[in-house]
Amino acid sequence: MNTRKLIPTQALCSHYNIEISFVDDLYKMGLIQIKIIEQNQFVHISQINDLEKIIRLHQELNMNLEGIDVVFNLLEKERKLRNELNILKNRLRIYEND
Amino acid sequence: MSFIDYYKILDVSKTSTEKEIKIAYRKLARKYHPDLNPENKEAEIKFKEINEANEVLSDPENRKKYDKYGKDWKHEEEYEKAKQQQKSRQSGQKDFSNEEYSDFFESMFGGGSSFGQGRSPQFKGQDYNSELYLDLKEVYITQQQVLTVNGKKIRLTIPAGVENGQVIRIKGKGGLGINGGPDGDLYIKFIIENHTLFKRDGNNLYLDVDLDLYISILGGEMIIDTLNGKVKLSIKPETSNESKGKLKGKGFPIYKKEGEFGDLIITYRIKLPTNLSEREIELFKELQKIGAK
Repeated sequence: MNTRKLIPTQALCSHYNIEISFVDDLYKMGLIQIKIIEQNQFVHISQINDLEKIIRLHQELNMNLEGIDVVFNLLEKERKLRNELNILKNRLRIYEND
Repeated sequence: MSFIDYYKILDVSKTSTEKEIKIAYRKLARKYHPDLNPENKEAEIKFKEINEANEVLSDPENRKKYDKYGKDWKHEEEYEKAKQQQKSRQSGQKDFSNEEYSDFFESMFGGGSSFGQGRSPQFKGQDYNSELYLDLKEVYITQQQVLTVNGKKIRLTIPAGVENGQVIRIKGKGGLGINGGPDGDLYIKFIIENHTLFKRDGNNLYLDVDLDLYISILGGEMIIDTLNGKVKLSIKPETSNESKGKLKGKGFPIYKKEGEFGDLIITYRIKLPTNLSEREIELFKELQKIGAK
C-alpha cells in the first residue's frame, strides 16, 4: 500500500479541530475507514472529501452520525439515478432526432 | 444593488423571536445545504442567501440596524448614515472574504460571515461548476484544450469517448481554501452536440444506410463514410428493408480504454426506384407475372 496517501488521524483532528473520539465514532459507524500501521491510525487521502462533508453536516446542521449515514446512502442513490437518467436522456435523443 | 428582505428569505415575521429565527434558519439550511444538493446551483445561491439573512437577523445589533435602515436604504440621507456606521464598524472588524455576500449585505454591514468560524477553521474552498460544449467528432479522439476559469488557464486532456452529460473533476482548480484549507475542485460537465448522421448510444453508433432496390435483391457492395474513414459493405442478396448489420469495432471509442471501440450498427433502408421508364415498367410487369406463377 502507498503509505504516502495515508494521513495520521491525529493530524486530521488538529487540522479540523475535532476530537479523536469523533473519528472513532465515524469508524464505528462505517462512515470512514481507518488503517492501523504499527499501532498508529491513518485515514486514506481519498476519504478526505467525505470526512469534510461529515464535519460540515455535523457542525453546521447539527446532524447526528446516524442521520449522516442515511444522507450519504440517499446521496449515493441519487448519484446513481442521475447517471441512469443521463444515459436514458442520451438514448432518448436518438429517437427524438428521427 | 437591490433591497433584500431577509425576513422573507427566512420566511419569518418581523416580530419573530431569536429562537424562531434560529429554527427557521436551521430548517432552511437543512434543505439547501450544498452538501445535500450536489450540482444544484439554485440551492447553492439559496444557501448563501439564507446564511446572509441569518448573519443579520440572528445578531441583535445587526437586526436593529437592518430594521431601522433596511426598508429605506434607497433614501440617500439614511443610506449615507448607514454607510458611515458601516465604516466605523469595519475599522474594528476582521477582514472576511466578501465573495459569498450580496452587495446589499456589504453596504449595510461591511465584511462577510463568521459562519462556522472558530469551530472548523480549515476547509476546502468552494467547488466550481462549468459546462464545456463539444462536437461528437471532437470527442472521437483524445484532445487537449486550454480553458480559462476565473482568469486562470487550465490545460485539460479530454479522453476520447467522453459521454454527453458526463462530469469530470479537476482537483484544486476551484475556489481558494478557507483559512488555509485546500482549494476547491472544478467540475466540468461535457455537453456533446451531434451534427453527424450517426446516432450514439454509449459506445455504439447507429447509422441508416439507403440501399438501392437492385442491390438489396441481388446483393453487392457499397462504400460508406464512418467517423474513422471509409468502409466497404458487402450486402447479401435478398436483404430486406430495415434489416441490420453490425460492424464490430467501428463504433465510438470506449472512454479511457485506448484502442477499444464499440460497434457500428447499420440499418438498411431500401429506396424504391421512381420515375420508371416504359421499359422498366414492362420488365417489372414481367417479373410480376413470373412471381405469380
